Amino acid sequence: MMRWFHQLGSPPHFMAISRRLEPFLAVPAVALCLLGAYAGLVWAPADYQQGDAFRIIYIHVPAAWLSLFVYTSMAVAGAIALIWRMKLAEIYVVTAASLGASFTFLALVTGSVWGKPMWGTWWVWDARLTSELILLFLYLGVIALNNAIEQPRSAARACSLLALVGVVNVPIIHYSVEWWNTLHQGPTVTRFDKPAMEWSMLWPLLTVALGATLLFGWLVLVRMRAELLWRERRSRWVRRYLAGEEAGNG
Amino acid sequence: MSGFWALLKRDLLLLLRQRGEVMHHVLFFLLVVCLFPLGTRPAPDLLLAVTPALLWVSALLSALLSLQRLFRPDLEDGTLEQLLISPRPLAALVLAKVGAYWLGSGLVFVLVGPLLAVPLGVPADAIPVIMLTLLLGTPVLGLVGAIGVALTLGLPRAGLLLSLLIFPLYVPVLIFGAGAMHAAITGLPTAGPLYLLAALLVLALTLAPLAAAAALRISLE
Repeated sequence: MMRWFHQLGSPPHFMAISRRLEPFLAVPAVALCLLGAYAGLVWAPADYQQGDAFRIIYIHVPAAWLSLFVYTSMAVAGAIALIWRMKLAEIYVVTAASLGASFTFLALVTGSVWGKPMWGTWWVWDARLTSELILLFLYLGVIALNNAIEQPRSAARACSLLALVGVVNVPIIHYSVEWWNTLHQGPTVTRFDKPAMEWSMLWPLLTVALGATLLFGWLVLVRMRAELLWRERRSRWVRRYLAGEEAGNG
Repeated sequence: MSGFWALLKRDLLLLLRQRGEVMHHVLFFLLVVCLFPLGTRPAPDLLLAVTPALLWVSALLSALLSLQRLFRPDLEDGTLEQLLISPRPLAALVLAKVGAYWLGSGLVFVLVGPLLAVPLGVPADAIPVIMLTLLLGTPVLGLVGAIGVALTLGLPRAGLLLSLLIFPLYVPVLIFGAGAMHAAITGLPTAGPLYLLAALLVLALTLAPLAAAAALRISLE
């Protein structure tokens, strides 16, 4: 187990493994996203209350799920990076941050587009919306800190620590925001009670969620490889790797 | 713990030698609170409704401005490196520095708070609760802020970056602190938010010095 862990930490080994892993992520990711989106947009019945407007859920919920999943995974990788000083975990924290921020932004935008016809307003200071917004700021903090520190390794370690501090705070922020909203008078346009979802609506959602998670895995691998090659561009193994790549193509 | 007390004593001595800085804190709060009513109607009910937000936001802003000086002078004259290589636990030393910082800024705010609250129309019986929330909340601002300051220590212009790093982490303090003040002003029970604020303080006291110490080591390695 430990040996496998250490091997995974070695950059050339990671390049080889990630190359082999990629098609197994990319193909199902695209297939599941397309299938789920088609099923959600065409096959699933319209909601009796929200009509066709509810269909944005097939983008909104996977994005929101990934925004939380990516942050948690960043904190786990950050702990690994700080404890074992594993280069790949550092690179994961840095590259996953911008992807996670994109998903969070997507969740906020789709939520606000959805909110306009449903609640009659683009934005409600609802507990969930507010904590998602703060999550976006936490992501942006990690990205900004990474950009601000010149030395890439200490930038990545600083980001790892910030992600860890943030993950302790995410539940506190979430519950405090919920508490805040119950203290104040509730918004006049309240959230609809979520009806237990019909299976014909639910399975496309789960399909897209799984597809989006695989998509994230694929994208993060591509970006990690690019970042790794750039960081190690002066090392011998990168030169050998690139030479092998050219020979393979030519 | 001898390192803790020695460092606390040293920082307090430095604070005493620079009494002007403490006065700057007082003036900053006065100015923020004075400017705010000018930007709106001077209607008492309106001012009373925004008083908790006003007090806490000015506390957050002053924390952002003053926290930059938490480690920087020590970084410039090399003291910080001596602290890092000393055999004392770094977390305890960080706690001492934050403690001294709080005595010069947060405690000032606790004492000035009533002076600012009364002109905004806060009833007299709500004043003790307002002081108590500030007493519990401002140390959290210093402790959590120390992590952000330590992470951005080596950077030339860290101000705006620091706000992005620490303001999201201040959200719970703001909510519970302002919640307790609201409850006190409107005569509702205040025990709930005060206990939660105290819980945040305990959590920050135990975890934040460790995180800030780790951040210092990352920044200076």
